[in-house]
Amino acid sequence: MLIHPPVAPDLRSSAITPEALYLTRREWLAAAGLTVGAIAGVSTLLPRKAAAQQAPGKPYGLQSDDTPTPWEDVTSYNNFYEFGTDKGDPARVARGFRTRPWTVKVEGLVSKPGDYALEDFVKAGRVEDRIYRHRCVEAWSMVIPWRGIMLADVLKRAEPTPGAKFVEFTTLYDPSRMPGQRQPVLRWPYAEGLRLDEAMHPLTMLATGVYGRDLPNQNGAPLRLVVPWKYGFKGIKSIVRIRITDRQPTTAWNDSAPNEYGFYCNVNPTVDHPRWSQAKERRIGEFLRRPTLMFNGYADQVELLYAGMDLRRNY
Amino acid sequence: MSDAGPRGRVQGIQRPRWWPWLVWAAVLIPGPAVLAALVADFLLGTRWLGSNPVKEGELLLGQLTIKYLVATLAVTPVRRLLGWNWLQRDRRTFGLAAFFTALAHFLWYSLLDVQLDGGQLAEDLTKRTYIIVGFAALVVMVPLALTSTRAAIARLRRRWVTLHRLVYAVPVLGIMHWWMSVKADVGPPALYSAVFALLLGWRWWQARRATVDGRLARRREIRPH
Repeated sequence: MLIHPPVAPDLRSSAITPEALYLTRREWLAAAGLTVGAIAGVSTLLPRKAAAQQAPGKPYGLQSDDTPTPWEDVTSYNNFYEFGTDKGDPARVARGFRTRPWTVKVEGLVSKPGDYALEDFVKAGRVEDRIYRHRCVEAWSMVIPWRGIMLADVLKRAEPTPGAKFVEFTTLYDPSRMPGQRQPVLRWPYAEGLRLDEAMHPLTMLATGVYGRDLPNQNGAPLRLVVPWKYGFKGIKSIVRIRITDRQPTTAWNDSAPNEYGFYCNVNPTVDHPRWSQAKERRIGEFLRRPTLMFNGYADQVELLYAGMDLRRNY
Repeated sequence: MSDAGPRGRVQGIQRPRWWPWLVWAAVLIPGPAVLAALVADFLLGTRWLGSNPVKEGELLLGQLTIKYLVATLAVTPVRRLLGWNWLQRDRRTFGLAAFFTALAHFLWYSLLDVQLDGGQLAEDLTKRTYIIVGFAALVVMVPLALTSTRAAIARLRRRWVTLHRLVYAVPVLGIMHWWMSVKADVGPPALYSAVFALLLGWRWWQARRATVDGRLARRREIRPH
């Protein structure tokens, strides 16, 4: 059986700045912007907007100055090439995307393969709300209150056989419903993969919701992967198949540009993308950039997974 | 057309009275509007530039530069093909708009995006090909902008014409910069490279025709009657 490293204790909720403070700050900011033009330079350094809604869930691995990104941004600034390559496209184009009925196939090196209706699929685990950092490979980031189950629960139910080493995920392929798939931007359907121990890690989630509601289509409805210590594009959306294999699966971006995207894609400020630095990131809603943290701030929980590995080579 | 001159040159319409207003609006409004939108988004909480205003504004200024370049390089073909000779005087306006927008794009990148992080700027400008190429496009435009005054034109005479042929390098570098900067969707840069190919191709074809015509004329002169 796999041994996974313990999850470090979560940050105490007292360390998170109360929402009320942010709301006050926003009012002050608006007032400052309207009335005191002279201090404009100073106020631009402050967060542009505060969290618009109550964010449900436990804040996993957050720093004291991490505040959930407003719903508006989480649901309107999305890379989901199945619905267009512009970040505003998914929210517009995916509006009519039907996600019921939805079947998820679990297959490969497991004793109990199966086709599950989404409602039955999520019965594998307990639905939880968790607030994670989200770091895009394009050097922007968010803080997102996800709702979902642990991938480990799904895998345990399927019972991987001894040869199992990797997990491969596949997005729905249906160009009539996902018009972006009519353009050969990537090789469709989108595919992603994790090592089995990464997949079994207690931070790895299959999300069905955000901000306590069902996932909006543009965020990968009805089921998407969330691996908070990896770049966002590992979080494959609208999953229809989970296959357990003995060899490393092909992944969409690695297939598209192998010199830029590897298999692991761990957030790492010391390994640059060939075209830009990964040392810093712009948190959506903030003006000043913040330093990017190793494993996106989840080093305590996940670094043992990569002990002895050359992360420069295994990017 | 009845009033086609020698070599089929056509007489176009007169310049509409509102034309200069249109040109000035086209070059003076969009750039400052992008900056104003950024300020409003951060200070007033508007969402004119979406969720990532710094990035969006940077991209908008880059694309705006490309559009002004199209306008600059379209002046001569449009003038010749439609006979709008009055368009000539707008060429410098569009060219300077392209230069200042490119400069704003670079300043936006270094001040607002990279936020004067010296290490990253140095790394970007020495290691990242698409940034080097984009910067080269800006550098090429500097002598063109500096010699855009009447005085410079008068002083440089024929050398001005030679120097300003450098403008043809700008869209090539600019498109390379854009193309290399996108992750997977090369559609928009591909579209604009087709536009530039037409604009530059037309010039090449004109130049070639001129030499061939010249050669034929010379041959005709020496041919005994």
